[in-house]
Amino acid sequence: MINKIFDSLQAAVADVHDGATVMIGGFGTAGMPAELIDALIAQGARELTIVNNNAGNGDTGLAALLKAKRVRKIICSFPRQTDSYVFDALYRAGEIELELVPQGNLAERIRAAGAGIGGFFTPTGYGTKLAEGKETRLIDGRHYVLESPLHADFALVKAYKGDRWGNLVYRKTARNFGPIMASAAKVAIAQVSEVVELGALDPENIVTPGIFVQRVVAVPQAAHQALQAGQAA
Amino acid sequence: MKRLNRDEMAQRVAQDIPEGAYVNLGIGVPTLVANHLDPSKEIFLHSENGLLGMGPAPAPGQEDDELINAGKQHVTLLTGGAFFHHADSFAMMRGGHLDYCVLGAFQVSVKGDLANWHTGAPDAIPAVGGAMDLALGAKQVFVMMELLTKQGESKLVNECSYPVTGVGCVGRIYTDLAAFDVTPEGLAVREIYSDLDFDALQKLAGVPLIDATQNRRAA
Repeated sequence: MINKIFDSLQAAVADVHDGATVMIGGFGTAGMPAELIDALIAQGARELTIVNNNAGNGDTGLAALLKAKRVRKIICSFPRQTDSYVFDALYRAGEIELELVPQGNLAERIRAAGAGIGGFFTPTGYGTKLAEGKETRLIDGRHYVLESPLHADFALVKAYKGDRWGNLVYRKTARNFGPIMASAAKVAIAQVSEVVELGALDPENIVTPGIFVQRVVAVPQAAHQALQAGQAA
Repeated sequence: MKRLNRDEMAQRVAQDIPEGAYVNLGIGVPTLVANHLDPSKEIFLHSENGLLGMGPAPAPGQEDDELINAGKQHVTLLTGGAFFHHADSFAMMRGGHLDYCVLGAFQVSVKGDLANWHTGAPDAIPAVGGAMDLALGAKQVFVMMELLTKQGESKLVNECSYPVTGVGCVGRIYTDLAAFDVTPEGLAVREIYSDLDFDALQKLAGVPLIDATQNRRAA
């Protein structure tokens, strides 16, 4: 019997090695797998390369991982936010490397990795500082920039429900990078608000098929429980 | 000098968005456009973090931290709206499926180059987000901005001095004083909202303008 359910967050992230590239889902805090990140901090892996849309908010989640100085490099589109002071200080002190990628290119580079694409020409960024030094091509009268796929050793994502085969559904705009990051990593680890029986998810509506997911951990979310109580009432 | 305030600018932009349009409103001033769209028209608002059919802010107490827009503000979903992942969301933009993007700007050049992501200040932490994708993200890219900086310099320029976000991507520029179309011949004045005449506007803008106001001048 195949069972991708892990009993603990600790076990789910136990083999993340020093120097690993780790994708972390979320757009700001929506979809950020905060509990998996806490487990990664406790686990102690260092010199990580992190892929996320942002560079942490406040002192929790990704910001806490940065604050613990576990991250050598971050690949993201929008590090600077009103509450990104942890990143800002590390960056100004020269203690973290930043690779800035336009958000759509970031998403497509992740998608490309998961889809086995060796590179792609995108119009986004052409003629800008972020395309300096990159190969360009004129195709049917439009300028494009060659971008490479972005692979990861691990992906940490937050989904709404998952089953023991790793099938996932998400909730609202917390979906964001989850599905593509799961496909781009050798090991995708999903924290789900609820583990459901095989067959409970409508096969027509599964967003991430289990082939892309290696580990699932239940992390009940108070907000989701309140929501379900509301639906039941 | 008579000028439109930001709400009036937003209202003017909203008038040019027809029923059935798929629209992305950039972070900041362009979000005001949503307040002025005719509620009797069905217009689809897209937010690049993965939703189509974005509705207004929720009532107090109804906020859901997993239902936000690209500015990370709480929003709602209209009946018939949809969620999708980031790669699909940017495919909608890059693939030319959206009809309009409305963006803010630091500068726009006479050729339609846009600068809105970085001031180029050496100590600034760079952040681009979806700006470069949005710049190319629709069949029509509108810019909405004040014509002059606080220091009184024109934001319309021959060449952008700030780092560019996109090359030749802007179609139309709505400002507090006038609206301009980017044409192969140069910037054409569509409408003047101020009590300035064309020559006075030309002087303020500081770049060559074509008078295309005809009889469109606002009363």
